[in-house]
Amino acid sequence: MSRVNVVKEFIIENFLFGEGEPLGLDTDFFDKGIIDSTGVIELVDFLEKSFGISVDDEELIPQNLSSLQKIDVFLSKKLAQKVV
Amino acid sequence: MCGISGIINLAQHQPISSNVLKRMVSIQNHRGPDESGAYIDDHIGLAHSRLSIIDLSEGTQPIHNEDKSLWIIYNGEVFNYPEIRQELVGLGHKFYTTSDTEVILHLYEEKGINCLNDLNGQFAFAIWNSKDKTLLLARDRVGVLPLFYTIQDQRLYFASEIKAIFSNRDIPRTLDPESLDQVFTFWTTLPGKTVFNNIRELPPAHYMLISPNGITVNKYWEMNFGSDKEIFNKKTDDLVNEISDTLTDAVRIRLRADVPVGTYLSGGLDSSALTETVKRKFNNNLRSFGIRFENKNYDEGSFQNEMVNYLGVDHSEIVISNDDIAANLEDVLWHTEKPLLRTGPIPLYLLSKLVNQSGYKVVLTGEGADEIFGGYGIFKEAKIRNFWSKYPDSKLRPLLLARLYPYIFKDERLNQTLVAFFKSGIENPDDPFFSHDIRWKNTGKIKNFFSGQIKDSTKNYNSYSELLKLLPDNYFDWDTVTKAQFLESLIFLSNYLLSSQGDRVAMAHSVELRVPYLDHRVIELLGKVNSEIKINGLNEKYLLKQVFKNRLPLNIINRWKNPYRAPIHRALLSNNLNLIKEYCSEDELKRTGLFEHSKVMKLINKLERIDKASEFDEMALIGIISTQIISRIFIDDFKYDFDESDKFDLFFDYRSVNEKLTNAV
Repeated sequence: MSRVNVVKEFIIENFLFGEGEPLGLDTDFFDKGIIDSTGVIELVDFLEKSFGISVDDEELIPQNLSSLQKIDVFLSKKLAQKVV
Repeated sequence: MCGISGIINLAQHQPISSNVLKRMVSIQNHRGPDESGAYIDDHIGLAHSRLSIIDLSEGTQPIHNEDKSLWIIYNGEVFNYPEIRQELVGLGHKFYTTSDTEVILHLYEEKGINCLNDLNGQFAFAIWNSKDKTLLLARDRVGVLPLFYTIQDQRLYFASEIKAIFSNRDIPRTLDPESLDQVFTFWTTLPGKTVFNNIRELPPAHYMLISPNGITVNKYWEMNFGSDKEIFNKKTDDLVNEISDTLTDAVRIRLRADVPVGTYLSGGLDSSALTETVKRKFNNNLRSFGIRFENKNYDEGSFQNEMVNYLGVDHSEIVISNDDIAANLEDVLWHTEKPLLRTGPIPLYLLSKLVNQSGYKVVLTGEGADEIFGGYGIFKEAKIRNFWSKYPDSKLRPLLLARLYPYIFKDERLNQTLVAFFKSGIENPDDPFFSHDIRWKNTGKIKNFFSGQIKDSTKNYNSYSELLKLLPDNYFDWDTVTKAQFLESLIFLSNYLLSSQGDRVAMAHSVELRVPYLDHRVIELLGKVNSEIKINGLNEKYLLKQVFKNRLPLNIINRWKNPYRAPIHRALLSNNLNLIKEYCSEDELKRTGLFEHSKVMKLINKLERIDKASEFDEMALIGIISTQIISRIFIDDFKYDFDESDKFDLFFDYRSVNEKLTNAV
């Protein structure tokens, strides 16, 4: 499964309880109310565990986390850093 | 306080049996365990169960006028009845009791429907005019007391509680998908609706006339926060004094009773101010009652203790555990008669039990102060978001939200993502629901759990459009905070706070609540005050604090306002999986057809896995379980049992043919 699909599946399972329909690549989680404050913690916890990365405090911003696309770009960056 | 019920024939004569009325009385007997009474003629049957509070010896209902042409059954209290009675005596009216009930009847005789404008109180009543065959049903201005009705087979049935209507086997009992849509948006149904098909609520400040010419429903009072005449734009000592005097008088007349009156004391500003007023001005031997929580996240014990010591009241409290929440949920839903998205009513249900066991029937409570004086976080949230909307790219303006919700913003790392959450809708500050849209959209996501069948039947339904129809004409001229105050009062106050968390769980243990902050004089006075003064900067209930700043400890005046909440996640999952097994099994969910099993399982599995549930997950959990329980106890497994040998203490039988001869059923 592609990286973005792993994240998508987690979000559908965990925040939408199986209802995948509203979730596009650029759907804004905060604008659509898909993820709330507690949800961000769950999401970051999932990303750290699943991809073996560590998310810094200053990285907890909507620009990195507010849609599948943004998460994908963020993960590419983090995983590239890891390799280096 | 009491329970009322009745049946009126809308077309041809159908005999009304006393047993049908007995059943209606019996099933809501908790509202009035002291006495019962009935009136039946060829057109109507009226029944009453009484909780005696004023005129203990003679106030048995139904009560009639001098020539027995007018009959009343009445649930409630009119607090200014001694003054009205004096006027009526001056006009020649003769009274055979000292009750407030008889005063209403004679006032109606004198003024007709305009009598409602003179009543200061909380009530739901029925007056039958046997001469012109007209029935009047009326409800108090803010809906402290309930009144439901339905029309079936050319008969109108009405009662204080829906279960009394359902005690007639002919009445169909089904859940209304549109009402469920409302509950899972606004946290409760909109005024007029119940969760059951065809069962209507008479909205607050409305009356209904059922005459041979037809049925009309009208409003007699408006909760007007945006009155454009005589607006107070600044805080003056005169204004603070006027509020103080009005509040004191609202408390004074609410202490009128022939039984002792206590107060609920939580340690918050509203109940502290109320308890101070009663103790210091009227009753030095005051009894107060409060709730504590085992779970420290919910407990307000330190503030409560501070007030108890400060005032020297005789205080009793109950301590609520997680198990108490789960163990009493089904009983509480039998009383609320609608699903819950909160567990707050359960501790109040147990508190009224303590009040009852302490020998008390009446307590004053602080409900309404947040709505009227501007106390809720959502008002301040609206104010901040409105301020932010003028410069949507501002980095600083949204950070005011952190001052408002420190418990949400406590993890500073999340500030920016939280700001993104609150930014939703910021571009449209003129939206009529700007203040509440985030909350309602977030709640509305629970509708994703609905079964295909429920989704299908609500796909063309829009609860926002329904709400738009209920807004007053000048609503759109009001400022954001005033609009928010109105929405909160229209929906949450009458249909949740005063009912599910108020009257219904108090009357479950035969306890009457009285709410001085909702005296219409207080509402009308504060309706004239600019919202900028009510919430001064971000200082909520500023005027109430001004009134009490020298009368309460500074700790209480300046304390951070915590919303009253009770546990959900840990109460329903860790300690008590039985409710979930019992009501959310695949078979049960299939049977009710309300929710999709696979999604409900995903939610429960997630909640079992995680330590801290989000507000959304908790609301979904309690919302789904409570709807399942409502469906079981009111639809599939409704208990009709009642003791047929019960006799009315007072029975006026004016039927042309006695039922013993006709065996009417």
